[in-house]
Amino acid sequence: MSGFSMSRRGLLAGASAFGATAALSACGAKTGSATSSSGAKADTSGDTVKVGLLNSLSGTMAISEVTVHNALLLAVKEINAAGGVLGKKLKPISQDGASDWPTFAEKAEALITDDKVVATFGCWTSASRKAVKPVFERYKSLLFYPVQYEGLEQSPYIFYIGATTNQQIVPALDYLKKQGLTRLYLVGSDYVFPRTANKIIKAYAEANGMTVVGEDYAPLGSTEFSTIVNKVKDAGADAVFNTLNGDSNVAFFKEYKSAGLTAKSLPVLSVSIAEEEVKSIGTQYLEGQLTAWNYYETTPGAANTEFVKAYQAAYGADKPTSDPMEAAYISVYLWKEMVEKAGSFDVAKVKKASAGIELDAPEGKVTVDGTTQHVHKTARIGKIGSDGLITEVWNSGNPIKPDPYLKDYDWASALS
Amino acid sequence: MTVILNQSFTGISIGAVLLLIALGLTLTFGQMGVINMAHGEFIMAGAYTTYVLQKDISGAGVSLLIALPLAFLVAGSLGALLEWLLIRRLYTRPLDTLLVTWGVSLMLQQLARDIFGAPNVQTHAPDLLTGNISVGGITLANNRLFILGLALLCVLGVTLILRLTPLGRRIRAVVQNRDLAEVSGIATGRVDRMTFFIGSGLAGVAGVALTLVGPIGPTMGTNYIVDAFLVVVVGGIAQLKGSVITAFALGVLQSVLEYSTTVSVAKVIVLVAIVAFLQWRPQGLYTLRTRSLA
Amino acid sequence: MTTTLTPTKTTPTAGPTPSLLERLRVPGAFLLGAVLLMGVAPLALSDFRLDLLAKYLCYAIVAVGVSLAWGRGGLLVLGQGVFFGLGGYAMAMHLKLADAAATGQTLPDFMQLYGTGDTLPWWWQPFANPAFALAMTVLLPMAVAALLGFFVFRRRVKGAYFAILSQALAAALAIWLVGQQATTGGTNGLTDIQGFFGYDLGDPVNQRTVYFIIAAALLLLMAAARQLFVSRYGELLVAVRDSEERVRFFGYDPANVKLVAYVVAAGMAGLAGALFVPAVGIISPALIGIVPSIGFVIGAAVGGRASLVGAVLGAIAVAWAQSTLSDAFPAAWTYLQGLLFVLAVGFLPGGLASLVTVLRRRRTPTTQTGGTA
Repeated sequence: MSGFSMSRRGLLAGASAFGATAALSACGAKTGSATSSSGAKADTSGDTVKVGLLNSLSGTMAISEVTVHNALLLAVKEINAAGGVLGKKLKPISQDGASDWPTFAEKAEALITDDKVVATFGCWTSASRKAVKPVFERYKSLLFYPVQYEGLEQSPYIFYIGATTNQQIVPALDYLKKQGLTRLYLVGSDYVFPRTANKIIKAYAEANGMTVVGEDYAPLGSTEFSTIVNKVKDAGADAVFNTLNGDSNVAFFKEYKSAGLTAKSLPVLSVSIAEEEVKSIGTQYLEGQLTAWNYYETTPGAANTEFVKAYQAAYGADKPTSDPMEAAYISVYLWKEMVEKAGSFDVAKVKKASAGIELDAPEGKVTVDGTTQHVHKTARIGKIGSDGLITEVWNSGNPIKPDPYLKDYDWASALS
Repeated sequence: MTVILNQSFTGISIGAVLLLIALGLTLTFGQMGVINMAHGEFIMAGAYTTYVLQKDISGAGVSLLIALPLAFLVAGSLGALLEWLLIRRLYTRPLDTLLVTWGVSLMLQQLARDIFGAPNVQTHAPDLLTGNISVGGITLANNRLFILGLALLCVLGVTLILRLTPLGRRIRAVVQNRDLAEVSGIATGRVDRMTFFIGSGLAGVAGVALTLVGPIGPTMGTNYIVDAFLVVVVGGIAQLKGSVITAFALGVLQSVLEYSTTVSVAKVIVLVAIVAFLQWRPQGLYTLRTRSLA
Repeated sequence: MTTTLTPTKTTPTAGPTPSLLERLRVPGAFLLGAVLLMGVAPLALSDFRLDLLAKYLCYAIVAVGVSLAWGRGGLLVLGQGVFFGLGGYAMAMHLKLADAAATGQTLPDFMQLYGTGDTLPWWWQPFANPAFALAMTVLLPMAVAALLGFFVFRRRVKGAYFAILSQALAAALAIWLVGQQATTGGTNGLTDIQGFFGYDLGDPVNQRTVYFIIAAALLLLMAAARQLFVSRYGELLVAVRDSEERVRFFGYDPANVKLVAYVVAAGMAGLAGALFVPAVGIISPALIGIVPSIGFVIGAAVGGRASLVGAVLGAIAVAWAQSTLSDAFPAAWTYLQGLLFVLAVGFLPGGLASLVTVLRRRRTPTTQTGGTA
């Protein structure tokens, strides 16, 4: 090797200065000087309009999000069969968020700027919603989010169709209190929803004479629960409040049973286990345990019978329907109602028209709250049966007004 | 007191799982110096074997017993195939083996997704293994006892193979000096393949055991792979007893820390402790005095 | 043990008097790259595509470091996610604080929602200072790499161990960040970053500027790395890779040689992470763990680890394929990705870049006779 002749080529170092000067010539708006991009205008010129479906079709979240994607497609198909929206057929554009948060942001931008969609439906995890929120706000485009979540958010460009905390967590606590189960052990996956939910639970417990005897978090995807179950067993709790996500539930409930704990001796109330998860965990481990949602496959009413029938006709008779799927399904219908009331696809007009939109949904009557852009929903506590279905044991009677910041609850005043 | 005893048992049972998943690596990594990132997918193959068997054979206990040897064969054959197709061409480049087998693991995961679907599946544990026995206030979960027994049985089996059989002698000969072994008439290529078969087969057995404690899914192997390698690295390459001691020590450490802090903190402390330990003693607990590998 | 690889012959380009064309090859290629990145791409691509390219260029910056440490130094750096993350978080922490200050708050938004107190944690406070934060984006990763590398290389830890150690560290950092939600944002990471040193990131003009900064950084670092490659140090580094013992007998300390490459690569990954934040608007633990850390070397491996241009183009191409092909064929893309990796690393260790050399070598006889005639 002759190092000499090679090092002579090194003169290129100076050339790189070229780039840097070109870069800094242009200067845009400073922060605060509200000149932000007007956004890519949604395309409503043809006789079809595009709607974006943004779900994880690959990666760890695909298990759950594919079912939501299916429910969204079903709703779009039904609406098209009934003549579309404002006389225009909907063309669904699916983008794969790949269970990766920056990818979600990237695909959201692709839907808005490349496909010029009129609205987007999807996201599951809080992290993916947080990642896309600035994108929808920047382009002033609408996202319909179909999953129960931790509250404390109110973006002007997101409609929250799933439950917020006062429609799921708080009623679940009311139920436990009524059953006399006042000593709680909190078990959750380590991410924003369980941590926020548990903060609320602790505040509630303090104000309502309940005790939180322990609190533990497992990393997402964790499958080693022997120590946590030991702690639960030793703590002298009346009930376990479970905010574990996905796969971790399988390991947790297997361990739970091995340790000799049952629904009778120490009931578990779960807020992230729906029909789909029951199937994959196994009723062997779950029978008799409690869940808190706004919808079950068994929820009575003609709207639900039709929904379940349509879903199973489209995707297979053995496919269960669940709360997030139902919320996704109605989110498309709610948007359709808003657009038709506004008489336009224009985002500002649709937002304005949203207040008071009502729907006889599979979960019962839902009403859109214009200020918070959340939905009035009925809370339902269910018990898991040996057939894998969840049957309701209690409901809140009337739809509960959404309160994402828990402003109407005195005990929650210190929370945010 | 019962808390301490309960946690010790928990630690030992975590250690048993670690030992089972790392045991195959003591052969493929420890003896042969191959970093096989697809080891986790062989665990997965063993787990899915259990699942498939249980769909066809109704008795959970019977199917579990059949699953053990069958998973060994399935995962072992996959391993031997991988060795024959790729790894034997890469013995001089251990780091490249790591990356190549990682590519293989991606493909195997997708294959599992295409065959069994992305959602996790589950098996029914035989009733005998879902309960527990109480001894003087401590609860011993039956499935954990089963895994502990299985792990010790596998360690015994591997020790016997290495110590007493002609194959074991050849494996040791190849590890200590490949060139000399070859000159002495040992078909090193065949010995490599056999070693890989057994090492991968043990991953399959670990997969069967894991169906008793967690979910079965396409990515289940990735959760365990780094932990498994750490056990072998800390234990010291080419020494079975190092891995055994390390697995149980890490298990107990993890469970004690988990009890007194949180799962995340415990995990971070264990990982950082391992990194620090290897700074201090990079050769691991035990070393084989021999010419350096690779 | 001697390797079975044939020793590389002196290449025809290293002849005593290279022609003018040969001497202009590298600066020419660099100039072409600069024109493509600074001129053609911004004109030809929409705002959105340019944003994407900016993101891929960040991965390419990591690949420059990977090419140095792994391609030249033989250090399989499987923990680049750690350094990328440290750089990214250092930058994002400052931008979050600046965003908060712009609206008259003392705490970033996520701390107000999920945090536990009204005061900023002490280790956040210095990041309010832009100079400190900027310095940290590079210095922090380098310091961590120096600390780790100092012991590891001195102890003559083998490559395989080093790779597994790096993975363990990446896992540890990701788990720790997730566990400290009140102060790190947990799994969500730090999101919704509005401004970049006073400029509104929502404005496409500013987004373009960010792109230019990233492209300029990439070009600069490539030039610097190229200088390092052809320097005396670069040759020593390759010598350590190929025969560490021999270098030691010559009186050099291989540990220091490796340490420098490792630390420089870490600094580059940190800078890439810092630039990723304004380009994409998010940094999260999901970008740091085991899988993304392996991801950072994939592009370099496919493109050609030892070739700077190969590694950079490989990183861009793989990132591009990831986001385009995974949409259309999620399953097929995973197979393809695995297969590409197996083939590139297993059978074409020089990556796609070496295809050029292989083809050229095949054609060499004709060109050489043509040249001398």
